[in-house]
Amino acid sequence: MNDMTPLKPNDFATDQEVRWCPGCGDYAILKGVQRTMAEMGARPENTVFISGIGCSSRFPYYMETYGFHTIHGRAPALATGVKLANPDLDVWIITGDGDGLSIGGNHMMHVLRRNLDCQILLFNNEIYGLTKGQYSPTSREGTRSPSTPYGSVDHPAEPGTFALGSGARFIARCIDTAQKQMPGILKRAHAHKGASFVELYQNCIVYNDDVFAGFTEKKQAPFTQLWLEHGQPMLFANGEKGIALDADTLSLKIVHVVDGDWEAAGVRVHDEKNRVMAGLLVAMRHNEGMPVALGVIYEDPAPSFEEDVRTQNVEAAKGKVVDLEALIKKGQTWEVNQKKLREV
Amino acid sequence: MATKLKETTAHAEQREAVTVRFAGDSGDGMQLTGGQFTQSTALAGSDLATFPDFPAEIRAPQGTTFGVSAFQINFGSEAIETAGDAPDILVAMNPAALKTNLAALKPGGLIIADTGEFGARNLKKAGYEESPLETDELKDYQLVAFDISAQTLESVKEFGLGNKEALRSKNMWTLGLVLWMFDRDRQPIVDWLNAKFLKKPEIAAANIAALNAGHAYGETAEVQQGLGRYQVGAAETEPGLYRTVTGGESLALGLVAGASLVDLPMFFGSYPITPASPLLHTLSRLKEFGVTTFQAEDEIAAICSAIGASYAGQLGVTSSSGPGIALKGEAMGLAVMTELPLVIVNSQRGGPSTGLPTKTEQSDLYQALYGRNGDAPMPVIAARSPVDAFDCAIEACRIAVEYMTPVMLLTDGYIGNAAEPWRVPSIDDYEHRPARHYEGEPVSPYSRDEKLARVWIKPGTPGLMHRIGGIEKNYETGNIDYAPANHQKMTDTRQAKVEGVADSIPDQDFEIGGPGDDMLVVGWGSTYGPIHQAVKRARAGGANVAQLHIRHLWPFPKNLGMLLRGFDKILVPEMNTGQLKTVLRDQFLVDAQPLNKVSGQPFKIAEIEAAIAEMLG
Repeated sequence: MNDMTPLKPNDFATDQEVRWCPGCGDYAILKGVQRTMAEMGARPENTVFISGIGCSSRFPYYMETYGFHTIHGRAPALATGVKLANPDLDVWIITGDGDGLSIGGNHMMHVLRRNLDCQILLFNNEIYGLTKGQYSPTSREGTRSPSTPYGSVDHPAEPGTFALGSGARFIARCIDTAQKQMPGILKRAHAHKGASFVELYQNCIVYNDDVFAGFTEKKQAPFTQLWLEHGQPMLFANGEKGIALDADTLSLKIVHVVDGDWEAAGVRVHDEKNRVMAGLLVAMRHNEGMPVALGVIYEDPAPSFEEDVRTQNVEAAKGKVVDLEALIKKGQTWEVNQKKLREV
Repeated sequence: MATKLKETTAHAEQREAVTVRFAGDSGDGMQLTGGQFTQSTALAGSDLATFPDFPAEIRAPQGTTFGVSAFQINFGSEAIETAGDAPDILVAMNPAALKTNLAALKPGGLIIADTGEFGARNLKKAGYEESPLETDELKDYQLVAFDISAQTLESVKEFGLGNKEALRSKNMWTLGLVLWMFDRDRQPIVDWLNAKFLKKPEIAAANIAALNAGHAYGETAEVQQGLGRYQVGAAETEPGLYRTVTGGESLALGLVAGASLVDLPMFFGSYPITPASPLLHTLSRLKEFGVTTFQAEDEIAAICSAIGASYAGQLGVTSSSGPGIALKGEAMGLAVMTELPLVIVNSQRGGPSTGLPTKTEQSDLYQALYGRNGDAPMPVIAARSPVDAFDCAIEACRIAVEYMTPVMLLTDGYIGNAAEPWRVPSIDDYEHRPARHYEGEPVSPYSRDEKLARVWIKPGTPGLMHRIGGIEKNYETGNIDYAPANHQKMTDTRQAKVEGVADSIPDQDFEIGGPGDDMLVVGWGSTYGPIHQAVKRARAGGANVAQLHIRHLWPFPKNLGMLLRGFDKILVPEMNTGQLKTVLRDQFLVDAQPLNKVSGQPFKIAEIEAAIAEMLG
């Protein structure tokens, strides 16, 4: 079908002026997505970006595809209707930590559990940007913000853990500036049949600058980031450290690798289908001294929701005659042949 | 079975119309009994209207007054439009049923009571100190009391059922007796029982035996004093094919027909809520008609999924009751803003908040007309009866697609559950107006036709990629635009588009009477029946009173104001505290006066008749 000139990343840009703050991480993500589209040979007419409300949710206006900027938190619900009505469309949901995990947490849970075939890009900046800086459900405890001048006291949600708990079958993570890895991760998310959950660490330069600097800072990155690859040992720190399983406590630990002999050190090989390990990997970020797991953390496909709905619709209709006249005449009926006159 | 199932009538009293109320415990199967009696009445050719009245609890404690479930049917050889003001016959399966329904019975009316249930325990639960069957409490009525429970047990003895199981057939025994009273054919009910209990033939046989025994009891027993037989003739009806239909069924069929007439597959997104759920149940069995049903995680997801389906080119429909409609409010605004077709069904119930889930009210009119943030105009249509819901659903689908707008379709708990005979129309009687998805040269997503409807471009169409959303868009380009003049223009345009729907709807007619009468009664929705009967009776008594019933509540028919202004006296009976009255005053500066009832029960004819008499002075 792709008989036209291959599209370039710029062909996926609209003529609209991008209105994010200068230096916002969203720019990098936009660039990464447009590049991915071009590299995948995506057809703009078959692609739909659906978003909720928030800074990230302005995204569809900048993509030369079909786009629907909906209402706060509801993009997954709207996307469900789109995909059930037309399963051929390639549906991307753009959301943020507030949109996707707070006001829209319920829809997020259900779109993941149903396994609608779509890509969910959750831009996590741990803050409400568009409403001017209130703390969000992923903000760390003690976050000072206009609504929490003395520091927030509630415990943050871990998006990966939430997604796993909701039954997600594809979980990946990336950083806004990791342009080298982003297209590969997004392509994997796209190739996955079912709901793909991708958390993107996105820096809010105005309200939460450098909140991820602890692991995104370039010089330290080899020691703070663990890029996962299926079938490869979980190594970081230039191969000098690896992740092993502490069998006594059922937790992950760092081991030192001597002379590249990771097997001797007990470093685990990344298995994307291991759901329990995925749970440990997404939570690792919150353990002092551990690196942040990035890349495709979990993938284990299963039939998608719209596929099952379609199949059931077709099965249920089999052998039935589609006759509207007959339908409304169904049940016990009686015929009145001529106008009856009152007999009294 | 050797039983002769239909006898000829002898010594039967002729009646033009009769109202029967079956009342019993929630577990006694009164709705089923009423439903089957309705079917049998329809097959006998009488016109009819029903009023199922049941508690919100699934199984309230047995024998309590709040666990009483009742089913009223009014049938006759004249046109029947209400379930009847007061029953002529009350079947009371226990003391609680008698207690809660006696006040409604006509003076001199007949009570059939099951003495088997009038033991000390049940009497106490219903709040009786001694049995009303043995005091003179019921002296103003005819009472036929005997042990229906024992009779039932006797009749099903041969099937070896346990006591509890055997007593379940009590309702069929009672139905058999009532069928005898009205000289009805039992065969359709026998067929229905055999079909219903196909996999439990012994239960079917026991129920049939109970039905026959009840019938035989009427024929032979010596308690016939007071237990008269009645002959209610067939109604004067137009020739054609008939069936009975509840509002819920007719609405579902109307939506399927409506989607078919605009050539679109239907997507139905819904979340369970009383009394709207039957629509979801019915549609989920009609997949072969291109219907996709989706039980969403909540009301908001239900409407959003329907909007998504409309965006993708199908006809999105969502349905709920008041509290759920409130949750859908923001998304309705999104549909207004993005100008996508959508049908929103509101099966109204008593409110506010959880209110009276199983009782009827029409108090969501303000919510339908005004219940959204911003200026968010939306066409609103209301069904007047179970049968009318079919046409209203078709009309809602037409307007939604033709004008690219969400449409609110109002019905209520009464219409949804009530049944009436339906002269089944032919689909060919309705205009086929296929929806068009734009596929031409690139255009702005907000380019409009002469009706101001914007183009409907399906995602997947090459070369027409565009972005829509809840943020205000430029009138010309469809890009984000907050400019003052543009918002004014877009607001005005959305308003003008919806007002323009009035060009496509018929002029308002009078139901009875017209200009020159001394007074006008205006209604909407399910109050049609009692208003119509009350106006007819008032006219028969010499009063010059006209009736007008509004289907299109927004926008109103263009001539409505002119018609209203022709009257000095306007009465608006409503099952709310005066919502249409206020809207009419606002829109037309007329002196509309309210007649309000919010008891969870439909109007009685007599109540409206009295208000008419009072207004005429």
